[in-house]
Amino acid sequence: MSWTWFHKLASPPHAYRILGSMAPWFGWASLALILLATWWGLVKAPADYQQGDGFRILYVHAPSAWMSMFTYVVMAVAAGVGLVWRIKLAHAAAAACAPIGASFTFLALATGSIWGKPMWGTWWVWDARLTSELLLLFLYLGYMALRASFDDPQRADRASAVLALVGVINVPIIHYSVNWWSTLHQPASVTKFDKPSIDLAMLIPLFLMIAGFQLYFGWAVSRRLRGEILRRERNANWLKEAT
Amino acid sequence: MTPRQKRMVTVVAIVAGVGIATAFALKAFNQNLLYYYSPTQVHAGEAPASRSIRVGGLVENGSLARKPGSMEVTFILTDYAQKVPVSYTGVLPDLFREGQGVIARGRMDGNRFVAEEVLAKHDENYMPPEVADSLKPHLDAANSAAPGST
Repeated sequence: MSWTWFHKLASPPHAYRILGSMAPWFGWASLALILLATWWGLVKAPADYQQGDGFRILYVHAPSAWMSMFTYVVMAVAAGVGLVWRIKLAHAAAAACAPIGASFTFLALATGSIWGKPMWGTWWVWDARLTSELLLLFLYLGYMALRASFDDPQRADRASAVLALVGVINVPIIHYSVNWWSTLHQPASVTKFDKPSIDLAMLIPLFLMIAGFQLYFGWAVSRRLRGEILRRERNANWLKEAT
Repeated sequence: MTPRQKRMVTVVAIVAGVGIATAFALKAFNQNLLYYYSPTQVHAGEAPASRSIRVGGLVENGSLARKPGSMEVTFILTDYAQKVPVSYTGVLPDLFREGQGVIARGRMDGNRFVAEEVLAKHDENYMPPEVADSLKPHLDAANSAAPGST
């Protein structure tokens, strides 16, 4: 099999150019979608029959929780590709994902806590869902700390990639925790092999918000990866020629 | 095998190995990962009597009673198979109502469960009040026809 296309994509100058031209598209589309979804979710969508207007925090909580897991999978795949094909750009992409994923995880935990206090009657419980999501935050932070502890970028890449791969086991655990064990957190409303348990009028803004968050991820990771390329290639000839 | 294929095998082996190890560990600790016991488990003696436990179930319709002049409430927790009478003194969460899932933390005192904390569970259904109203006759019919479904 020929891997030329793959290696061309993995060449830093090529990636740097492509990412630079994609970032604004991601950025503006994400901003537009998030604004639309915010208005739709907060104003147009009906209140819930049990939780009233309080359920609307779902429009931040669920997308950020989804993105916290999505980002981890992207990070682990990039780390695995970096390990197998020895592609520095893949390691750089994994490194670019970590702070974004950690932010999504923190947002999911914080909004969940704010939601839990009035509805459940508690800020925090140690049930399987909440605990495994907290573990995800620690995995991101551990990944970043491990990277930072090496001076040699190659050793940092390899060591942190192994951690990213080990931690990916936590992602299905987070997702299925609500089905495998009794938890205070309710089971999934949307991501299941069944009709969504959420009314269509409430589901549309949720999907718009998730799409907006996905595009935001595209924007943030493009920008961060460009920064990462600049840092790693600061002595390269193509950069000297470009500046 | 080329070095690249070797590395590929290593990566797959790491993920599979950690996955299998985690699966065994979770299986071994399964009981500890349960956040609450059901009334059936309590009746079967699966819940420890000596320490504080959590019991989760639905608040039986018509079972909620408030003691006049105090914060004390009593209600019955059910999973449609077994029932546990609960008494609790304190503020109940907003979502606490009859027919709603709750989790009570406390200990058994004879046949009665004395709760120190009551948390409301909410389910995965979200809908506007009009839809809930139109569904209600169906849901009630379904509940009385098929007890045991939660």
